[in-house]
Amino acid sequence: MADSFNKGMARNIYYGGGVFFFLLLVGLTFDTMLELPKRDHRENITPAVANGKAIWEDNNCIGCHSLMGEGAYFAPELANVYDRYGQGSEETFTQFLQAWMAMQPLKTEGRRQMPQFHLTESEVNDLAAFLIWTSRINDNDWPPNKQG
Amino acid sequence: MKFQSQAVAKPYFIFALALFAGQILFGLIMGLQYIIGDFMFPYLPFNVARMVHTNLLIVWLLFGFMGASYYLVPEECDTELHSPWLARVLFWVFAAAGVATILGYLLVPYAELAEITYNHLLPTMGREFLEQPTITKMGIVVVCLGFIFNIGMTILKGRKTVINMVLITGLIGLAVFFLFSFYNPDNLVLDKFFWWWVVHLWVEGVWELILGAILAFTLIKVTGVDREVIEKWLYVIIAMALISGLIGMGHHYFWIGPGEYWLWLGSIFSALEPIPFFMMVLFAFRMVSQRRYEHNNRIATTWALGCATMAFLGAGVWGFIHTLAPVNYFTHGSQITAAHGHLAFFGAYAMIVLTIISYAMPIMRGRPQGNPASAQTVERFGFWAMCLSMLGITLALTVAGAYQVALQRLPEDSLALSFMMTQEKLIPFYWVRLGFGLIFFAGLVAYFASFFVGGKTVSDEESLVEGEARPAVCCGSCS
Ligand code: HEM
Ligand code: HEM
Ligand SMILES: [Fe+2]
Repeated sequence: MADSFNKGMARNIYYGGGVFFFLLLVGLTFDTMLELPKRDHRENITPAVANGKAIWEDNNCIGCHSLMGEGAYFAPELANVYDRYGQGSEETFTQFLQAWMAMQPLKTEGRRQMPQFHLTESEVNDLAAFLIWTSRINDNDWPPNKQG
Repeated sequence: MKFQSQAVAKPYFIFALALFAGQILFGLIMGLQYIIGDFMFPYLPFNVARMVHTNLLIVWLLFGFMGASYYLVPEECDTELHSPWLARVLFWVFAAAGVATILGYLLVPYAELAEITYNHLLPTMGREFLEQPTITKMGIVVVCLGFIFNIGMTILKGRKTVINMVLITGLIGLAVFFLFSFYNPDNLVLDKFFWWWVVHLWVEGVWELILGAILAFTLIKVTGVDREVIEKWLYVIIAMALISGLIGMGHHYFWIGPGEYWLWLGSIFSALEPIPFFMMVLFAFRMVSQRRYEHNNRIATTWALGCATMAFLGAGVWGFIHTLAPVNYFTHGSQITAAHGHLAFFGAYAMIVLTIISYAMPIMRGRPQGNPASAQTVERFGFWAMCLSMLGITLALTVAGAYQVALQRLPEDSLALSFMMTQEKLIPFYWVRLGFGLIFFAGLVAYFASFFVGGKTVSDEESLVEGEARPAVCCGSCS
C-alpha cells in the first residue's frame, strides 16, 4: 500500500469503523426488538407452545431437520410442516403428528431413519402446538413453496 | 523457541489434531448415511453423528486458537507466559470436559443427557452447534476466562504489538459473544436472532481478528518482512471485516422473523464481506514475494498462502454466491449452505490452525528451520490432498444444491418434488462427495505421518551458510 497511507490511518479506520458499525448494529437490534412483536405473534406463545419448543430441543430434532431453513439438511424443513400436512386444521395436523411419531422408525431398508423418541401423547400435542405457532411467524414468505 | 513457556502450546496442538481426526471420521459416517439412510441406525443416528462432527470441529479449533496464542503471545510480548501452570491445568480441564461431552452424545440418548445435566434449570441445549449441556457451556466459559486472563496478564507485562492487541481483542470477543448461547427464550424468533450473535459474530467477526493475527505472525516469521508493513495490512483487513461483517449479519435475518429492511442491509453489507478475505490473499502473496530471507520451513509458508486462498474461496466466493436475498430465498438451508460451510470453515479456520502448527511444532521439537525435507514432502502431499479434495467436496455439494433448488424450490406447489424424493435424485453427487471425503482422509493420514518422517534437519547456522543471495536468518523468533 502507498506510503501516504500509514499505519496510524489504518488503525483509525479499524477502531472508528469497528465501533461505529457495532453501535449501528446495536441500534438496529433495538429497532428490530420493537418491531418483532408485530411479526412473531408472541401473544400466541401458550405454555403448550413453550413446552413444545423444549421438547424440540431436548430431542435434538434440529440435528436432522431444518427449522426456518436453519439446522441440518438431512430431513425435511419443519417450519411449514403444518402447511404441508395440516390442511388448514390444527386438529388434523395434531392427529397426523401423533400417528407419525408413533410410527417411527419406519424401518424401510436403505431409507433415512427417524428414531423413536417415546414421547407421551401430551408431549406430542405440545410439539404440534409449537410447530403450528412457528408456521405462522411472518418470515417474508419463505419457503418458496410448500415442499420447503 | 525464544521462551520456555511457549512449549505449553504443544499438548494443545496435538490434542487439536486428534480431535480433527475424529471429526473427519464422523463426517465420513454421515457421508455414507446420506446415501444409505439406515447405515448404523439405531446405534448412531444421523443427528448424533452430526453433533459429534460439528462440536469436535469447534472444540479442536478452540484448542488450536489457544495453542496458537500460548505460542505466539510470549514471543510477541518478549516475555515468558504469565502462568504456564494455569495453561497446563486448563488444558486438562478443557480436554476432560470435551471428551466427557462427546461420550455423553454417543452413549446416552440426547433427551436423557439433557435430563442428567439438568437442562431444564437453564435450557440451552438442542440448538445447532450449541448442543453442549449447559454445564459444559459453563466449563467453556471458565476455561476461556482463565485462558484470556493468562494471555492478558502476559500482554500487560510485555511488549504490546499490534498482533497481540488484535489477537486479544478477538479472543475477548469470542468469549463475550459466546455468552449469548445462554440466552434461550421461549420465543423462537428471539432465540434465533441472538443465536447468530454467537455463530455469525464469531466466524464473520471476532474470529477474523484471530485469523488475521495468526496469519500476520506467521508471515512475519517466515518472510522477515518489516513489521510496520504487515501491521498496516492487518489493520485494514480487520477493519474491513468488522465494517462489512457486523451489519452483514443481516444475511441471516431474511427468513426468520425480523423486518424487511434486513433484506437490504444484509444483502449490501454481506456482499462486502469478501473484501477482507480478498485482501488476505493479496497480503499473503505480497509478503511472501517481498520476503527478506528464505526460511527452510517452506511448507509453513505454503499453508499460510493456502489458508488465505481457500478462505477467500470458501467465505468470499461461496459466501457471496448465496448471500443476496433474492438468491438466498431459494438456496437457504440447502446443500449450497453445506458446501459453503465446509469450504469456509476448512479454508479459514482449520487451515490457519494447521498453518501455525506447521510453523511452530517443528520449533518446539527442536527444529528451528522446520522439519527435514523428506517430512515436508509428505506434509506437502497432505496439504494438496486435503485442499483439493475439500474443493471436490464443495463442488459436489454445490451441484447437488443447485439441482435440489431446481427440483424442490423453483417449481410451484403442485410440481415441486418433495424433500425426500429430491434427496434420492441427489445420491450420485453424494457418492462423489464421499469419494472426495475419502481422499481428504488419506491426506489427513499423510499429514499425520509427516510428523514421524525422519531425516536431516537444517540448523540455524547451516541455514546461514546455505542462504545465498538473500541474507539467511534463524527460525524467525528474533524478528
Ligand atoms: C471427509 C470429509 C467430510 C465429510 C464427508 C463431511 C460431511 C458432513 C455432513 C454429511 C454434514 C451434515 C450436513 C447436514 O446437516 O445435512 C456436515 C456438516 C458440517 N461439516 Fe462436515 N464433512 C467433512 C469434513 C469437514 C471438514 C474438514 C470441516 C471443516 C473444517 C467440516 C465442517 C462442517 C460444518 C461446519 C458442518 C455444518 C454445516 C452447516 O450447518 O451448514 N466438515 N459435514
Ligand atoms: C470464514 C468465514 C465463514 C464461515 C466459517 C462461514 C460458515 C458458515 C456456516 C457453517 C453456515 C451455515 C450455518 C447454519 O448451519 O445455519 C453459513 C451460512 C451462511 N453464510 Fe457463511 N461463513 C463464513 C463467511 C461468510 C461470508 C463472507 C459470507 C458472505 C459473503 C457468508 C454467507 C453466508 C450465508 C448467506 C449463509 C446462510 C446460508 C443459508 O441461508 O442457508 N458466509 N456460513
Ligand atoms: Fe454469516
